[in-house]
Amino acid sequence: MNGSSILKRREASLALIIVMVMAAVGVRAPIFLAPATQLNVLIDTSILFMLVLGQTVVLLTRGIDLSVAANLALTGMIVGLVARAAPGLPIAAVIGLAIAVGLVLGLINGFLVAVVGIPPIVATLGTLAIYRGTIFILDGGAWLTQADMSKAFLHFPNATLLGLPHMVWLAIVVSIAMWVFLNFTRRGRMLYAVGGNPVAARYCGIDLARQQLLVYAISGMIAGLCGYLWVSRYGIAYVELASGYEMTVIAACVIGGVSFSGGIGTVPGALLGGLFLGIIANALPVIGVSPFWQMAISGFVILTAVIVNARTDKPASKIILSEAKRAAVGPR
Amino acid sequence: MTIEPMVDSNEPPVLALSGVCKRFPGMTVLQGVGFTLRRGEVTALIGENGAGKSTLVKILTGIYGLDEGEICVGGQSVHFASARAAWAAGITAIHQEPVMFDELSVAENVFMGHMSVTGAGLVDWRGMQDRTNEILHLLEAGFSATTPLKLLGVAEKHLVEIARALSHDSRVVIMDEPTAALSTREVDDLIRIVGRLKAQGRAILFISHKFEEIFRIADRWVCLRDGRQVGSGAIADVTSADLVKLMVGRSIGNVFPTRETAVGEPTLQVDGLSNATEFADLSFVLHKGEILGLYGLVGSGRSEALQALFGLSRPTRGVIRIDGKVVAIHSPADAIAAGLAYVPEDRQTQGAVLAFSIVENVTLASLRRHSSGAFLMRDRETATARSVAERFAVKARNLDQALGDLSGGNQQKVVIGKWIATNPRILILDEPTKGIDIGSKAAVHAFMAELTAAGVAIILISSELPEVMGMSDSILVMHEGRVVRRLTRAEATPELIVTAAAGTLESNVA
Repeated sequence: MNGSSILKRREASLALIIVMVMAAVGVRAPIFLAPATQLNVLIDTSILFMLVLGQTVVLLTRGIDLSVAANLALTGMIVGLVARAAPGLPIAAVIGLAIAVGLVLGLINGFLVAVVGIPPIVATLGTLAIYRGTIFILDGGAWLTQADMSKAFLHFPNATLLGLPHMVWLAIVVSIAMWVFLNFTRRGRMLYAVGGNPVAARYCGIDLARQQLLVYAISGMIAGLCGYLWVSRYGIAYVELASGYEMTVIAACVIGGVSFSGGIGTVPGALLGGLFLGIIANALPVIGVSPFWQMAISGFVILTAVIVNARTDKPASKIILSEAKRAAVGPR
Repeated sequence: MTIEPMVDSNEPPVLALSGVCKRFPGMTVLQGVGFTLRRGEVTALIGENGAGKSTLVKILTGIYGLDEGEICVGGQSVHFASARAAWAAGITAIHQEPVMFDELSVAENVFMGHMSVTGAGLVDWRGMQDRTNEILHLLEAGFSATTPLKLLGVAEKHLVEIARALSHDSRVVIMDEPTAALSTREVDDLIRIVGRLKAQGRAILFISHKFEEIFRIADRWVCLRDGRQVGSGAIADVTSADLVKLMVGRSIGNVFPTRETAVGEPTLQVDGLSNATEFADLSFVLHKGEILGLYGLVGSGRSEALQALFGLSRPTRGVIRIDGKVVAIHSPADAIAAGLAYVPEDRQTQGAVLAFSIVENVTLASLRRHSSGAFLMRDRETATARSVAERFAVKARNLDQALGDLSGGNQQKVVIGKWIATNPRILILDEPTKGIDIGSKAAVHAFMAELTAAGVAIILISSELPEVMGMSDSILVMHEGRVVRRLTRAEATPELIVTAAAGTLESNVA
């Protein structure tokens, strides 16, 4: 759809690279390819998948949301505190609360970007710090541990339905919803349009501010949901929870072919980007490589992806430029 | 002007052109251009849009090479291999809209590209500032070398550009419509400064559409029409009527489609549309099937006024009626809903989403019509795109091809098709044939005739006189944000339009 064969080629080559990495790791440590390990990788990466999709819609509009991990941590803390105070709260209410809190935090970003007009990177850098700081204010620097959480609260993400944990199901639902949204709805098309050419979109009656509010709201809701999942899965909430994780999320987007200059990116691509980082994170310890290598490797992959991207983009834009030049110069 | 130019006729001219010819693939844009610039003389270069003035400036400043002819500087034949070479030979151009560095100081802007350096290899700030202040003093500027550029207005930025030209002692200063964005008082200041440059013995090539200025400042004139030099001489020997005749002297008419002017009911009525700075009291009535031409020079406020009409900016005053009913247009979405469409001047950067397919581009301004509930209907979209592609003969492998893969001309067709797909009742075309070849122009004109026959009303913004005259049923001429002349097709003559647009007649709102 949006974007053409270049993207599809990219996705195919990324998928191929992932298979090759898995095969290579499998040769060294066959256990890695066992279904149980693979399921674990999937569970482990579920949160990343969802966050990556939230970030993707923001990037599509030429924005960026640096506050996702802080939002996740703050929402997780709030949900944890509420659950401690009201242990009987049904899980549906807990999840609803997490999404609502995340939405509010996302709308703050959206307001700063769309209404106040602060550049997204600056606005979300600011809210990142504010959200983190708020966690400290809320709990005075103390930790929430499993002891503070009810069984139901802790049990939900890992409980299975048809053989898959709830967490994986949530990632699947979010992915499908996002795929449908971006590919088949009018609003999804508008997001691509404002990122692809904001001026043209404006002439077409597509209001940039509205789309911005929407994407930060989506990113916020997903971060909020993931906040609950993270806290309950690991049974802990504290100020530094998921600190720096926004970089992993953004890295996955870039690897998956979501363009920083807006208007380009697909759900399958973004998911593959997330999967790639998830596999690296899980595979390296299995073959005895230091986790520090993990960062270096993902950095290397990001640069490779961007360079490859720049090269595939070039010929097309060159043709346009020379045409434009000829047009400006005079009739041909 | 009381300053006597110091002309010594024995001295070789500072700049002499002879037989200058420039071709682009498929067309000759300049042919047989030859004139001389002398010390202490201001030469006005006049001609319609598209007459070849900009190309000539680009040749003189080393941006284009020339195909035939000779350029002599101080009696010696020269070849400019680059913009730098022209600059080194003492030729500088001051552009309509100054391109400079807002965050830097005036001195840094003046010396950008040729900074002075001390013996130690460091930037000689003191020297540059002193020299800049000297020049600024000469220009009677009200700011200093250390003033940040961003604090200056357009007129002051022009002064900085002039200071830049003086900083490397240019013998030839080309001013390309320097007054287009200036107020009357600022124009007076600029003209005084030109007088000073003249008194210093520099040669000035002054490009302007405004005859009043030309007659105040110029000593000589050169006129281009369709790339040929159609005359030159001393300003004292001509009248503005003579110059207008030379500029436009060509037959207009037969190349445009003949339309049955069956103008119908009024569809759009605009009353007193104004904003604070760009246009005032724009009023007109547009009828079904009518083409209303809007002519004006760059900076006359025509595009700005119609952008406000389309909801892209907020007018401060004015009433818009469509089919007799007052409509509130606060955004382009409101305008589109009211049946308006605006095809912007720069169709590629303001219209094309390059990463989108042809289909996605075509339906972008009419997504609601191509969806059911929140969901897009691919079939409906494809059908619309197919009919647009056939109607405009878009050359592409298939409709899912990304727009960025198409040629510029085909991109433009898709962008225009996008607006047609909204089924507009009122179509605003901003310079619809700018930069496209003659064949495509004819296609656009035929298409306009076809639309009006179907009852669509068109507002045509154009800087091309033949186009405005050949296509419009009635013509509004704007000057400095106001309509200064209203003409019917029968009344319009090139002379009337050009003089009104140049603001020379104290012409009167009809």
